[in-house]
Amino acid sequence: MTAVTAGTTETTGVPGVSDAAVAAEQAAYEAVFDAAVAADERIEPRDWMPEAYRASLVRQIAQHAHSEIIGMQPEANWITRAPSLRRKAILMAKVQDEAGHGLYLYSAAETLGTSRDELLDKLHSGRQKYSSIFNYPTLTWADVGAIGWLVDGAAITNQVPLCRCSYGPYARAMVRVCKEESFHQRQGYEALLALSRGTEAQHAMAQDAVDRWWWPSLMMFGPPDDESTHTAQAMAWKIKRHSNDELRQRFVDIAVPQAEALGLTLPDPDLRWNEERGHYDFGPIDWAEFWDVLKGNGPCNDQRLSTRRQAHEDGAWVREAAAAHAEKHKHTGKHGEAQA
Amino acid sequence: MSTPDTREAAVITGAALALGDDALVLSHRLGEWAGSAPVLEEEVALANIALDLLGQARVLLSQVGDEDELAYLREERSFRNVQLVEQPNGDFAHTIARQLYFSTYQRLLYGQLASGDGPFAGLAAKAVKEVAYHQDHAEQWTLRLGDGTTESHERMRRACDALWKYTGELFQPVEGLDVDHAAMESAWLASVTDVLGRATLTVPEGPRTGAWAAGAGRQGLHTESFGRMIAEMQHLHRSHPGAAW
Repeated sequence: MTAVTAGTTETTGVPGVSDAAVAAEQAAYEAVFDAAVAADERIEPRDWMPEAYRASLVRQIAQHAHSEIIGMQPEANWITRAPSLRRKAILMAKVQDEAGHGLYLYSAAETLGTSRDELLDKLHSGRQKYSSIFNYPTLTWADVGAIGWLVDGAAITNQVPLCRCSYGPYARAMVRVCKEESFHQRQGYEALLALSRGTEAQHAMAQDAVDRWWWPSLMMFGPPDDESTHTAQAMAWKIKRHSNDELRQRFVDIAVPQAEALGLTLPDPDLRWNEERGHYDFGPIDWAEFWDVLKGNGPCNDQRLSTRRQAHEDGAWVREAAAAHAEKHKHTGKHGEAQA
Repeated sequence: MSTPDTREAAVITGAALALGDDALVLSHRLGEWAGSAPVLEEEVALANIALDLLGQARVLLSQVGDEDELAYLREERSFRNVQLVEQPNGDFAHTIARQLYFSTYQRLLYGQLASGDGPFAGLAAKAVKEVAYHQDHAEQWTLRLGDGTTESHERMRRACDALWKYTGELFQPVEGLDVDHAAMESAWLASVTDVLGRATLTVPEGPRTGAWAAGAGRQGLHTESFGRMIAEMQHLHRSHPGAAW
């Protein structure tokens, strides 16, 4: 963005600077910002931006970062039980990537003037949320494949348009995240395919996992458009490019033929091609369940949050040690060589 | 009676199993940390090390036979890893002490193997680069924890002490590994002594082998937690005999 670099917008009580002058300056900044968004320019950290835009991005990026790190849990649940060394390596690499995505995203959020510690504190105290999908349990190995195919698939459908998001650091983080996520999704699909084509017991395991993850995956796109509180503003700011329902439809249209190729069915008796619309029609989503999980009453909400809090608390002495060590050796820049 | 050729092959197989099992088991233990590390950067680092080790294990076990059959269908008495790597993670200090002791050993071992022309030279040449990172990571954390706060110093001291008795086993000669175990042991002691000293810690005083520990893991004699660890590791694979994944 080739915009005005942010100056103060507050009344400083400086003699000769009237509130009216400040308001005029504010309006000028807003006009530049609006023009930049309209021209599809990227907003960068030093640019002026409306406070509500900043707050909205912090909320969204933080929630995204939190989802990456809470999302490690349902998959990490199977690392020690992965049924072959190849699958184990793939799963470990994936969980590692998720930690990496969390790191990029916290860094992107920090460009907006917050800190990772502050955001983690909000996650741990329940003041910021993470994706509701991670409140569902991974009950069998096939769930790992279903998560890769459906959950990562839904995430990619949501995130690819974010690569063109108006906020530069978020858009750039999404480019890196989406590359890795696409890779994970293909691996998840391939793991499910191996199960589907495997023994009868493996096929049944794959079908059961898809039956349990299908609807929660559709819920990942958020509430229907007429109930989505943030959508209109996020679209006006070009943070979001498509509505929840549009993205959900896009995902269903992609997933149905993939399910057919997998040799698995989707648990929706109303699912059928609509020639007129050129899309798949699908059955009603259980929004009561969605809101319930969002409110904290899903199968794993308590477990996920308490595991995360526990890891943080158990690690406190390690972080304190690292800080104390760095402080002792800050003048040498080296370990183990105390300043004389 | 075995012919000299099959005898030689059996020796190489035995050595590959010993090294492969070390890497497989330690990788598994590190995998248990996923989602519970003290900071996000350590989620990445521990998983990274676990993946390197798993990669080494897969190469080594594949030299012996089918990697999955070997990992998932052997019973506890057939595993040839040293007891050090099967020790439970404990707190972060225990994990780091285990990493320090083991990665220092592995770097010396692979360093020697890489400079020779034996059957492990190729693998060792690649692995020694990975292991150098592992050792650096373990040393950095030993320094931070040892020379950090009073609490971290105490935890690191306890961890180093607790694992000390498993370190002697690392230098029991393994047939088929053409390395100078005695030279490795003195280099290992010098390196660990140096790091612990810089971390304001003292070298533990107890014996480096327990009554059972000398060579025990290499002979398939393990500690109690190991059986539970492989029960978890093998359960799914064993529940679906003959299935492909």
